[in-house]
Amino acid sequence: MEQLLENFSLDLFVKQTVLFIILIFLMVKYAWKPITKALNEREEGIKNSLESAEEAKKEMENLQASNEQLLKEARAERDALMKEAREIKDKMISDAKDEAKEVASKLIQNAQASIEQEKQAALSELKHQVAELSIGIAETVVKKELASKKDQLKLVEGLLEDVTLK
Amino acid sequence: MNRKKTKLVNKLAITLSLIFFTSLVIFASEDKKQSGDQHKVNPVNTPEEISDYIKHHVKDSHDFHLFSYFSDDKEHHVGFPLPVILWGSNGLTTFMSSEFHHDDEGKVVVNKGGSNFVKLHGKIYELKEGATSIVFDKEHHATNASKPIDLSITKSVFGILLFGLLMFLMFRGLAKQYRTKQVPTGFGRVLEPLVLYVRNEIAKPNIGPKYKKFTGYLMTVFFFIWFSNLMGLTPFGFNVTGQLAITAVLAIITFVVYMASSNKHFWSHQLWMPGVPYLLRPILAVIELAGTLIIKPFSLMVRLFANITAGHIVVMSLIAIGMTMQKELTIYGSTILSLILSLFIMLIEVLVAFLQAYIFTMLSALFIGMAVEEAEHH
Repeated sequence: MEQLLENFSLDLFVKQTVLFIILIFLMVKYAWKPITKALNEREEGIKNSLESAEEAKKEMENLQASNEQLLKEARAERDALMKEAREIKDKMISDAKDEAKEVASKLIQNAQASIEQEKQAALSELKHQVAELSIGIAETVVKKELASKKDQLKLVEGLLEDVTLK
Repeated sequence: MNRKKTKLVNKLAITLSLIFFTSLVIFASEDKKQSGDQHKVNPVNTPEEISDYIKHHVKDSHDFHLFSYFSDDKEHHVGFPLPVILWGSNGLTTFMSSEFHHDDEGKVVVNKGGSNFVKLHGKIYELKEGATSIVFDKEHHATNASKPIDLSITKSVFGILLFGLLMFLMFRGLAKQYRTKQVPTGFGRVLEPLVLYVRNEIAKPNIGPKYKKFTGYLMTVFFFIWFSNLMGLTPFGFNVTGQLAITAVLAIITFVVYMASSNKHFWSHQLWMPGVPYLLRPILAVIELAGTLIIKPFSLMVRLFANITAGHIVVMSLIAIGMTMQKELTIYGSTILSLILSLFIMLIEVLVAFLQAYIFTMLSALFIGMAVEEAEHH
């Protein structure tokens, strides 16, 4: 204890008290206050940025989710549209086929009918011509062979037989 | 940016060269009157002389002494004088410490401002009129001299001013950096984590939510003690935190701070501890009061003083092995042994320098925290 007291210098004590208190005030005013203020501001800034980043992330996630939803809907719609289009196409093709068939059969019918008509017309024309021809032949035969009645009949009969056979 | 850097480098170079220049001024080379002729070549080589030298070193002194050497049987001192400022019976007197010519035994009388001053064992005495040399009674009190108020810039005061200035310049620089940028560059990048460390690891956990009011004080104390401790390890020979007066001031300021900020809750626990039998409460109050008023500041003061002083003594003693054990180990052996041991103790001292600053600041924060703690809401 005595040694401690011997080591103690009151003058130094007073000087250190004054100097140290001045140092504390100077450091607080010109160094610690601006430093801690800046550090606090920076920490606050970092905290805020982190929070806003987190928020942005969440928003992003929400956006992504809604995007996906939209995409899904769009896909479904596209599928529906394509299905409908396919159906329409198929229907159109089958309709066209049916119509074409109908038209073709009609055409064929018409063609057959006109062919039949033409045939009939040609037959009647032929008959008519044959009749005329036969009349002509008959005339000439009659003119030539009218002398003998027997021959005449024979000829007519022969001719007619041929005609009816046809 | 670059310009700033070069400016800083220039500043540093100027400061360093100034220190070197002033420190290398041989301000006095005296023919020291040797009491005996046992040492003509080396000044300090017997265990007693080494012990005296160490004792002298750990005390404060009026001049800044770096080292001495002997040539031509004369002792040369390298260092620089410091101003002596005294308030004695004839008012203010100032002169440089070189006036004493390194005398520490009360032999050189300096006559200034109508008074005669002598210096004895690091203390300056004002001789009474008619006296030519100091006389002591049996209890070693001066009979014909008085102690003037000594406001001198002693080595410790010089140290305080220097560290204060260094601290101020360093942290002012850091504070200025934040004006233009968010993250400091250069030396500020080293200082910022230290500031954050004191705030986040010492102030916040020990004081609690009211820590902001006290961080300024805690940071000043921490960096002052740390710088002083570290500078004490340099060959300049500062021993600022090894002065009892200095640690006493620090401890008392902490005491004042926690007493001034103490609240009702603290005092109710001090004087009438709840939750213990009524009979024990007065006894506890006495113990608590003794702890708060005496033991806490006293332990703060002595811990720092003793650690730093002991560190200095151990380092110097281990260096002295190089001289004292030359007979047993030869000159090479003793030098190597002293080098290895002092290297290790020096590393430990670097750790202690930080540790003591940390402990002092941490305990200050803890005591303040106890004083400002609010009653818990159950």
